[in-house]
Amino acid sequence: MDWFPLYNSLRIAAISTVIVFFLGIFAAHSIARLPRAVKGVLDVVLTLPLVLPPTVVGWLLLTLLSPRRPFGAWVLETFGTRLVMTWWSAIFATVVVAFPLMYRTVRGAFESFDQTLADAGRTLGRSNAWVFWRVQMPVCKQGILAGTVLAFARALGEYGATSMIAGYTPGRTATISTTVYQLWRTNDDAGALKWVLVNLAISAVFLLAVNLLEAKKQKGGAR
Amino acid sequence: MALSVDIRKKLGDFQLDVRFDAENEALALLGASGCGKSVTLRCIAGILTPDEGKIVLDGVTLFDSAAGIDLPPRKRQIGYLFQQYALFPHMTVRQNIAAGVRERARRESAAAQLLRRFRLEDVADLRPAQISGGQQQRTALARILASEPKAILLDEPFSALDSYLQHQVELELAETLEQFPGTVLWVSHDRGEVFRNCKRVCVLDGGCSQGTFTLRELFHEPKTEAAARLSGCKNYAEAIFDGDRITLPQLGLTLLCGKDIPKGARCVGIRANHIYPCEPTTVNAFPCTVTRVVQDVFTTIVLLRPEGAAPDAEPLRMELPREAWYAVPDKNCLTVAVQPRDILPLK
Repeated sequence: MDWFPLYNSLRIAAISTVIVFFLGIFAAHSIARLPRAVKGVLDVVLTLPLVLPPTVVGWLLLTLLSPRRPFGAWVLETFGTRLVMTWWSAIFATVVVAFPLMYRTVRGAFESFDQTLADAGRTLGRSNAWVFWRVQMPVCKQGILAGTVLAFARALGEYGATSMIAGYTPGRTATISTTVYQLWRTNDDAGALKWVLVNLAISAVFLLAVNLLEAKKQKGGAR
Repeated sequence: MALSVDIRKKLGDFQLDVRFDAENEALALLGASGCGKSVTLRCIAGILTPDEGKIVLDGVTLFDSAAGIDLPPRKRQIGYLFQQYALFPHMTVRQNIAAGVRERARRESAAAQLLRRFRLEDVADLRPAQISGGQQQRTALARILASEPKAILLDEPFSALDSYLQHQVELELAETLEQFPGTVLWVSHDRGEVFRNCKRVCVLDGGCSQGTFTLRELFHEPKTEAAARLSGCKNYAEAIFDGDRITLPQLGLTLLCGKDIPKGARCVGIRANHIYPCEPTTVNAFPCTVTRVVQDVFTTIVLLRPEGAAPDAEPLRMELPREAWYAVPDKNCLTVAVQPRDILPLK
């Protein structure tokens, strides 16, 4: 059995989770401090990919990145690189669809963060950066962890936009989800079942690990 | 010197206008809830920015709207004891205290010293949620002292404690603050707490400071109605002043006043415990009917209607020891009096 789709899916999900982790926290942190009107508009824009069908996201991404379109053509001409139909093209898709999950969960955690803790840190002579990394982030750890898990799971399972922007090339751009679809389409039920089982196993292990982390934390008696 | 505050800030419908000067002393900010005490502290600490005015601490300008100076909180060297203490929940007691120490090299030794001083060594490795309210307050105080502030702001320091714990914690807090060389601003709505712990009081009413008074001025000779209310005075009446004779039209009374009448006085205050049953021949005696009797823990509160009072007049509140009320022969009609020196003319 060729394990490439597993490897490819994991690396795409992992890389996009790292990107989304920082982007989501940055967006949540920046937007919390904006005036309410701007906040409302930006919030809609940033959350939109969550409710759009993946094919719509895929179409929009292709419109931007395809070498037949101005931006994609410019990148191809300047850097000699096509932005679509490579293994890492899928990262564009997974980042866009996973971002809102991270952003919204972290924003919720930041909004329920008790600002007097930050005020206390500042009156004690600590910098804003110290307050953010040493107080706000640890206190909001639960929400940040939850957002990261959701983002990783969503990135791992992404199909629609990925298939449009990275296609399905065995050994090059195939992921678990595109492979399952391809095998089913070609009536290879046995092959599809194998990948379905692999996917189930990864998800189960992943969720189990998260639950164990939670249980360990509670035993530590944080609150 | 020390701390000088003169600020204004608009928050929605609320207008803050506060000015006072504090030496290296414990100065109380006394006011009813919602009168702007916490907002004032936040402005001084730099958490909120006033619209205009000036804040100077030990010769250093912290805020000056005219000169465009607005130091961030971390540069103001002001310790702030928050109502719920704002301890970092994910850190141990030791880490919380160490977080206040500015220089990295001294962090551990300074924290260890403060743990000893505040008797927190036994709970040093526990988190705030695992220790008692009194220990939490000591931790917060130790953390503030670790940052070596020039002034300390206390925001209702006992609001997070059960009342039976308060007495002990209050004694400890007072002891700690006595050793503190700088200014302490003590925000409270409780006059007893202020009386026990501060020498001077700045009165806040509806967002405006009413001036700074010594305890004696506030509790024995309040000059304004707001100050009198905060000092616990219960009875007020519009008054017409004529020499030392005072007419209270609402109550249908004319009384002698033994105090100097300040310019602009428009009403009088009479403390509930300054009204007492007496013979009809006593100075300032007047007959009343009793409208209601309430038994308090150690006293009896009697609501009285002077005989000539207008129908819509507020009843007078008399408070006397239970035995004294027990000794009154007729509990429906009686004659009471107020000593001339106990009538407070107020602006």
